[in-house]
Amino acid sequence: MSASITGTDKVTLTRPSGARTIKNSLAAVYVTLATVLAIVPLASILYSVISKGFHLITSSSWWLQSQRGITPRREGGGLYHALVGTVEIALICAAIAVPIGVLGAIYLIEYARGKKVARAVSFAVDILSGIPSIVAALFIYALFITVFGFGRSAIAVSCALVLLMLPTVLRSTEEMLKLVPDTLREASYALGVPKWKTILKVVIPTAFSGISTGIVLGLARVMGETAPLLILVAYGQGINFSPTSDVMAALPTMINSGRDQAQQMPGYERVWGAALTLILIVMVLNLIARGIARMSKLKEK
Amino acid sequence: MTMNRRATTRLAKVAAVLTIGTFGLAACGSDPAPAGSSTSGAQSSSASSLACPAGKLTAEGSSAQANAISEVISGYNAECGDKATIEYNPTGSGAGIKAFYNGLVDFAGSDSALKSQAVDGAVETDKAKERCQGNPAWNLPMVVGPIAFAYNVDGVDKLVLNAKVLAEIFSGAIKTWNDPKIAALNSGVTLPSDTITVFFRSDESGTTENVTKFLKAAGGGAWTHEPAKSWTGTGEGKNKSSGVAEGVTGTKNSISYMEWSYAKDNNLKIAELDNGAGPVALTADAVAKAVSEAEIKGSGNDLSLNVKYTGTAAGAYPALLVTYEIVCSAGLEADKTAIVKDFLGYFASGGTQSGLEELGYAPLPEDLRGKVEAAVAAVK
Amino acid sequence: MSVTETGESEALDPTRSPVAGHKDVSAHTPVPAVNPSPRRGAAPRASDSRSGVKLAKIGRAGDRTFLGVSAGSGALIVLLVVFVGVFLLVLALPSLLDNKANFLTSQEWKVSGSELRFGIAGLLWTTVLSSVVAMAVAVPIAIGVALFITQYAPRRVAGPLAFLVDLLAAVPSVVFGLWGIAVLGPRLVPVSEWLSTHLGFIPLFAPGIRSPGTVFVVAIVLAIMILPIVTAISRDVFMQTPRDHMEAALALGATRWETIRTAVLPYGRSGVISASMLGLGRALGETIAVMIILSKPADNAGFVPSLFAGGETFASKIANNAQEFDTPSKTGAYIASGLVLFIVTFAVNAVARVIAERGHAKS
Repeated sequence: MSASITGTDKVTLTRPSGARTIKNSLAAVYVTLATVLAIVPLASILYSVISKGFHLITSSSWWLQSQRGITPRREGGGLYHALVGTVEIALICAAIAVPIGVLGAIYLIEYARGKKVARAVSFAVDILSGIPSIVAALFIYALFITVFGFGRSAIAVSCALVLLMLPTVLRSTEEMLKLVPDTLREASYALGVPKWKTILKVVIPTAFSGISTGIVLGLARVMGETAPLLILVAYGQGINFSPTSDVMAALPTMINSGRDQAQQMPGYERVWGAALTLILIVMVLNLIARGIARMSKLKEK
Repeated sequence: MTMNRRATTRLAKVAAVLTIGTFGLAACGSDPAPAGSSTSGAQSSSASSLACPAGKLTAEGSSAQANAISEVISGYNAECGDKATIEYNPTGSGAGIKAFYNGLVDFAGSDSALKSQAVDGAVETDKAKERCQGNPAWNLPMVVGPIAFAYNVDGVDKLVLNAKVLAEIFSGAIKTWNDPKIAALNSGVTLPSDTITVFFRSDESGTTENVTKFLKAAGGGAWTHEPAKSWTGTGEGKNKSSGVAEGVTGTKNSISYMEWSYAKDNNLKIAELDNGAGPVALTADAVAKAVSEAEIKGSGNDLSLNVKYTGTAAGAYPALLVTYEIVCSAGLEADKTAIVKDFLGYFASGGTQSGLEELGYAPLPEDLRGKVEAAVAAVK
Repeated sequence: MSVTETGESEALDPTRSPVAGHKDVSAHTPVPAVNPSPRRGAAPRASDSRSGVKLAKIGRAGDRTFLGVSAGSGALIVLLVVFVGVFLLVLALPSLLDNKANFLTSQEWKVSGSELRFGIAGLLWTTVLSSVVAMAVAVPIAIGVALFITQYAPRRVAGPLAFLVDLLAAVPSVVFGLWGIAVLGPRLVPVSEWLSTHLGFIPLFAPGIRSPGTVFVVAIVLAIMILPIVTAISRDVFMQTPRDHMEAALALGATRWETIRTAVLPYGRSGVISASMLGLGRALGETIAVMIILSKPADNAGFVPSLFAGGETFASKIANNAQEFDTPSKTGAYIASGLVLFIVTFAVNAVARVIAERGHAKS
């Protein structure tokens, strides 16, 4: 930059040496290549899914009908039954995981911050966040089916998913509570508002958008899980609203049962339709989460 | 406080959208309309014999017959205008039998007949009798699933194998395609010198059990393991029939066993089977011939079969799997019995059975079909 | 490289979802990671305000309840984790005691016969090998992508690009499995053949099976699956490199790469390492994609340590046999293997945690 100021030709001083320039360009080439390399599989997967599944999801019967009576050789039907199952399982899971997660985070940040207890809880959450879904499923299987003697059920799946969703909700709530400025809390205390009311009326509403982002992302994660569904509930082609029944469809198991068909069958094609739908749902949930986060950012400014 | 109120409103809005969405979905989803007359036009004559009682029937069991029974249920519903609800859950033969004798389902589908010796402390026939209020349960052979030995070898469009050679391939004794034992059965065919890749089912399955039964019985001692649901031979395991078919499709010089439908639907080449009386191609007729040679083990209307693997007549294809519908001979609730009789009668009818061929199953031979129909009619 | 305090805590948090969009918030309101709040313990203010007698009373009762409920939730989580571990152990114990083979060193798996013989050596090897290779492949690429997004790409490109990579995380794992066996696998077969002919003298690259159902293909698919996780966290850490560090480097005449090497990478190191560990944890537990792709070796095949052989991981084995859990001893054997998987992933996550905390301490 300063080359022009001196006016002389002391180029060597102002420009990086050859080796440095080469290293610099090599690095640029490397990161570009890495990005391309990351995009290629994504493009390939999306192409497979969209080219085979897109024509299915454009029809209204895809969204409004079940697969009941639709044999692998027949076209038609939809994924309504699986949608019902996926949404129901995820909502039951959220109904259990969200209160525990949010309250746990409140405890960690508002009551136990810096205490030994907080470290213990935090450690437990860490373990929980690393639990593989198959282990969570196995645990619920052992508890509900081997020990209690219940049959398989959608509720069992929800319970296994709670173990996976809980740490996501708790961690994101915790982060958001940390971001609530202490001045807000203190202003509330100064007005004589008790702590619990401060938390409920000041802290939580301030952090609300961040918390809901965490919840939505947690939902997105559990909706795509396959392993607990494989072990804990049977796939059925009909519509079922009862979470205690042992047959409940869900999108991942719809994909999994369809993949057992020969590849030329319409039944196999529905695998890609269901996969595309699942990707879309997870994507929309992510966009919602982003949207909520953005709204909050505008507010805080 | 405004912030807080706004957040609450937002929460309310989100909640409202979610609820409306959920209820909206709940309100407008439905099961698809029955297939109508798409496939059943030709069989309208049989419709007259159907009583079409209303009610609900659940069944569970073998996944080998899943494609057949789901097609038959859909055909039956089309004939009867959806009066009865019939559900079949392909959870596996063992699970089906358990669910049946525990009274969870109305009939079971199983790849093997009820056993009269104790398994895990339970005698299946006794348990089933208990469930049927003291009446014996009958094994009704309903779906015959041929087992195809599908291979992928470039330039070899016709391949003849026999049980002994298959047993040696599957146990790893024969390692290359140009092995003299294979060549001896295929004079005039140029076989490559490549090693053979064997695929097997990595999950426990009735198909594996029946293949190993066949290899053990007909392999002339080449198969040393006991027949079992999990594979004891050599090779690479793949999950489910689709995985095995996928493996053969994608891997040169490979061979595997699978249900006929998977081999057909994936356009795989199927080996002919030399049963000792000459090579037999896998056709519905050849399989029916082998089934008609089977000896009926059961007494009266219990039609459990003993498939003859060796010494079959020329033109019979003995590698097969029979799926039984296991029903109470009497003792089920009257309304359920009516649907069972009507539905299984439709299943065993000539029109339905011949329609199964398209799905990769073999129709029951005519004499056995007659016996099954008679047995269904005798259910009380 | 000394680094100033910023809100790094969020970026380092291992449970943060890769697709979270609220990083902007933290960037705008930097809060110290350890908050030196004047408040300690339960509601000192409420007791201070003696003048409003009634208010204080109501406050304390409500506080006690609320503290009870939230502390209860915290305790519940701890209990839950302890219970999961103990419970799995209790159910696995009878089978482990009946086991006639060595659980840790045997590769046998006979759980349905009269005699129980099972061991996890083969499962452990395949699980760890596939996940470690996946991590080795994914991490350099993820760092490259994260650098591209944060340091190279113009803002207009960076946003959509980040979204695209995050989209990978939205693809259900069944689809990765189907895609891996049908599309990617056959394309990798020539690569593995080349490697095994030229490097076959190394046991790891010894020729194995010729179908695409190899540990190698699984590892590549797992790498693609964990890529968005590692990328997202690395991206967040890089994004928070203090501006003045980078400007200082630039002012000294550093090239872009030198700025990255001296300011961005050292700042983000611990974050990237814990992100990789997190990815490793994910890969270890992946179930259905592995189950679809990987070929199970025959029982009599013997142990082949090669990347190009088949195998089974803990998760794929459990899921593959889940339909057949009919006797307690059989179920116990699978639970025992699940317990080992639990312990392994726990160890990996603990390492990630320690590294993340050490990064904090340094900064």
